[in-house]
Amino acid sequence: MIPVCRIEDLPEGESVRVEAGETGGPIAVFHSEGAFYAIDDTCSHQDASLSEGWLEGCYVECPLHAALFDLRSGMPTCLPARKPVRTHAVTVVDGMLYVHPAVHAVPAEPVHAVQEEAVA
Amino acid sequence: MRTVTVVGASLAGLHAARGLRSHGFDGRLVIVGEERHRPYDRPPLSKEFLTRPGDPDGDPAPLALTDPEDEAELDAEWLLGVRAEALDPAAGEVRLAGGRTVRTDGVVIATGAAPRTLRATALPGVHTLRTLDDAARLRAELRAGAARAVVIGAGFIGAEVASSCAALGLDVTVVEAAPLPLVPQLGTELAGVCAALHRTSGVTLLCGTQVATLRGTDRVTGVELADGRVLPADVVVVGIGVRPVTGWLEGSGLALEDGVLCDEGCVTALPNVVAVGDVARLARPGVGRTVRAEHWTSGMEQGGVAARNLLAGSTVEPFAALPYFWSDQYGARIQYAGRRDPGDTVRIDEGDPADPGAGLLAVYERDGSPTAVLGINRPRPFMRLRRELARAPQPAGR
Repeated sequence: MIPVCRIEDLPEGESVRVEAGETGGPIAVFHSEGAFYAIDDTCSHQDASLSEGWLEGCYVECPLHAALFDLRSGMPTCLPARKPVRTHAVTVVDGMLYVHPAVHAVPAEPVHAVQEEAVA
Repeated sequence: MRTVTVVGASLAGLHAARGLRSHGFDGRLVIVGEERHRPYDRPPLSKEFLTRPGDPDGDPAPLALTDPEDEAELDAEWLLGVRAEALDPAAGEVRLAGGRTVRTDGVVIATGAAPRTLRATALPGVHTLRTLDDAARLRAELRAGAARAVVIGAGFIGAEVASSCAALGLDVTVVEAAPLPLVPQLGTELAGVCAALHRTSGVTLLCGTQVATLRGTDRVTGVELADGRVLPADVVVVGIGVRPVTGWLEGSGLALEDGVLCDEGCVTALPNVVAVGDVARLARPGVGRTVRAEHWTSGMEQGGVAARNLLAGSTVEPFAALPYFWSDQYGARIQYAGRRDPGDTVRIDEGDPADPGAGLLAVYERDGSPTAVLGINRPRPFMRLRRELARAPQPAGR
């Protein structure tokens, strides 16, 4: 479990990149349309940081070649990317956002900001 | 249309083939490639393919543009390692080296471009860089004890190769004939900013410098400049541009003018022949000029447009995408989008031109309207401006 930031530090439409340690590459965490998502930061096509991409709904467009990834599944929806990126679970505890690096490419449920805030 | 032949197993050719299938073409699809490889991605060849540790010949697997699933979907007949030698539109034939002929109804020309060379390029140790095999040879030599590299030409390929050589610890000199590289692409002000990146990595850039000849008998030993200086070299890379591969189309009746002349939808004077990628010179209606782009993105995006127009029998969709290219060199990512003209002014939005490695965002303007944008290590704001430019109506004459 990796601490990302306080939820108020990742406003709607923003993204942040966190290092996942030695086990995996960096992870991009997004806040879009009331939910948090985490996927591998490095585009599956070529070396580009998806946390620097264009966020629209539950999709992010790679800043280098405009490949589009679904934040919910990690699946590319258009070329040039053909392989998915891994998704990672996100939790909010006491207003703090955490990612749980996944080992395999598993579609993760988005964490809804409002709902989780109520729990926290 | 029962058979379509794509000549060129390249990024552009592959995307045309995919476009044909996605637009419903279910006939025979033949893909002819002069190289022995299935389509692969070229941009990494001057960058991580050279610098990545491991196998001296390099690992081509990450470059593959298709996997078995894609290939099954394409359901194409691959004729690889064979050059197309002629197109006979009247007979509906593509003639291949070795005497084989492909009878075809439609043709996609995707033969790309070949590097321009110096006369002595055949000397061992002298390289050009276009293909995977070129890159594998260069990679192996850079790892076989070469200490000094001279790169001739400071365009994007030259700069990226120089950057890779420097990253591998070689002593690198770049020789450029023009007073400043990349002026036609970037304009004087920002070309100067990008040229400064060479020096930040300890690479020597000699501008306004002509090459007289290459030295060496069994193998290159140096580059002799027009002013008599000799730059010692273990490896020389010539990156002085490319010429479109159109020789095989002589006699086809197609108009060839530094590329295959097409309308704005990649269709040639023959409605059953289209051209895509580096080899295609497209009309820009209302502008009074034609454009041949050597950009990766154009190659990819033209494929789908050309496929659709080929199947429709005429241009129903123009290729209108905003030009875009990028270059990774010396740890900096340069991105450019738009259509600038000489005389456009430059506005610096972010960063300091004196320290481009720390990031720069610049907007080209004409009459107060943005025409193009250049970013160095500024992917997010660059992307925002690129999208705004793509949406904005282009000023007349562009």
